[in-house]
Amino acid sequence: MSEVVVNISERKRAPLARARTTSTAPLMTARGLCFDAGGQRLIDGIDLDIHPGRCTVIMGANGSGKSLLLRLLHGLLTPTKGEVNWQGHPLDPAARQQQAMVFQRPVMLRRSVAANLRFALSVRGVRGAERKRREGETTALARLDALKDKPARVLSGGEQQRLAMARALICAPRMLFLDEPTASLDPASTQAIEHMIEDARASGTTILVVTHDAGQARRLGDDLIFLHDGQVAETGPAAQVLDNPQSQAAQAWLGGRLFVPTTP
Amino acid sequence: MESFSAILAEALGLILSWDADVIEIIVLSLRVTLSAVAVACMIGFPLGAMVGAFRFPLRTGVIVVMNTMMGLPPVVVGLLVYLMLSAAGPLGVLGLLYSPTAMIIAQTILVTPIVAALTRQVIEDLYNEYSEQFTSLGVGPLDRVLALLWDARYSLLTVALAGFGRAVAEVGAVIIVGGNINHVTRVMTTTIALETSKGNLQLALALGMILLTIAVIVNGLLMAIRGTAARAAYV
Repeated sequence: MSEVVVNISERKRAPLARARTTSTAPLMTARGLCFDAGGQRLIDGIDLDIHPGRCTVIMGANGSGKSLLLRLLHGLLTPTKGEVNWQGHPLDPAARQQQAMVFQRPVMLRRSVAANLRFALSVRGVRGAERKRREGETTALARLDALKDKPARVLSGGEQQRLAMARALICAPRMLFLDEPTASLDPASTQAIEHMIEDARASGTTILVVTHDAGQARRLGDDLIFLHDGQVAETGPAAQVLDNPQSQAAQAWLGGRLFVPTTP
Repeated sequence: MESFSAILAEALGLILSWDADVIEIIVLSLRVTLSAVAVACMIGFPLGAMVGAFRFPLRTGVIVVMNTMMGLPPVVVGLLVYLMLSAAGPLGVLGLLYSPTAMIIAQTILVTPIVAALTRQVIEDLYNEYSEQFTSLGVGPLDRVLALLWDARYSLLTVALAGFGRAVAEVGAVIIVGGNINHVTRVMTTTIALETSKGNLQLALALGMILLTIAVIVNGLLMAIRGTAARAAYV
């Protein structure tokens, strides 16, 4: 398993050491992924490949199915149709142990900052000196040293999201799912989260991030998937999709216009 | 009949004089009640947490039964425990009838459904908040229950308090299985019932005031603990 924790002083900033090498074997694949709820098809036949070491950004309007897709890929929801494979095998709880997710609204256990981190390690069976080492490194990475004994739920929104990131990264996941991790954060907090994402990625972690922020997509993303009405409207290298969108939905959204498809 | 003020004055005199009989009754009351609440919490916390944190067939039915049992009539529980512990009953050989242990058993049966049902609600609310994070982290069933119980610890104090309130004020079941025997099974509530019927209102009122004072102290302590926890956002 790749080591995620990187000394903050060794951080390489943009253009970062982005491994543009796309392995031929995808880490995760989805085929014909569909999800229905309330008699509606919310995710409609999505196929995608996620290659190791890359940062893939999912964008789209509200209700296009971005967060839903993330949950389906992470196994928090069961698809109505289609399948998700992890390294060529159906996604199962053991595979999920190699993944982590950070939610838009961070879920803080009613404990201290350090206890939140320890909990994540204890459920993965990491104990003793190794737990202490990872806890120390991760609190430093997330700049939470001074806050480690504070109750997690009294932290500011930015600090809570940093803790949520730290809790996800402390388990050294191979793949990290991020559901709008910087929504409603100020620029400084957003930057701190983006640095953590870059560090994780530089350490080899594959990232799948949902965002509404085109600037963030440009800063972080290697690839971009643009969703519209539960379908992939467009996909490709992030810069290419952002600079020269081909689909009407992406063009309208990036141009700040509403896109309402005409009914046939 | 004496005036209320005279009765009140004598009742206060009894309390202030630390009457040995009164102290004995208070100690036994607390022993029975706290033991019953402790056992009820040991059963009710994990039971309620499991029902709150897991989805299984007939779960709704289990919740309906748990909620219904919160209103168990004490005299019916007393009667059932009496039948079990009486010489002709299946547990008669244990010789527990008319003992504090019998009273603890009866009160445990009354309090456990309250603790379990309220725990289920507290844990379910918390689990709804945590469920996706737990699934993402791969938290196993045992860790899930333990983590939820720990994180709900301050809310569960209130649950225990509800159980304590039910137990300490209960008279119907303990009088049937305890028999209200002087110096053996006489607790505050049964003494109040007995002394009132005998017209010995001073002792009854003294015990009533002590009972209320205990309830106020316990409530005050828990409010203080919860207040501290709330300031640390642990509730």
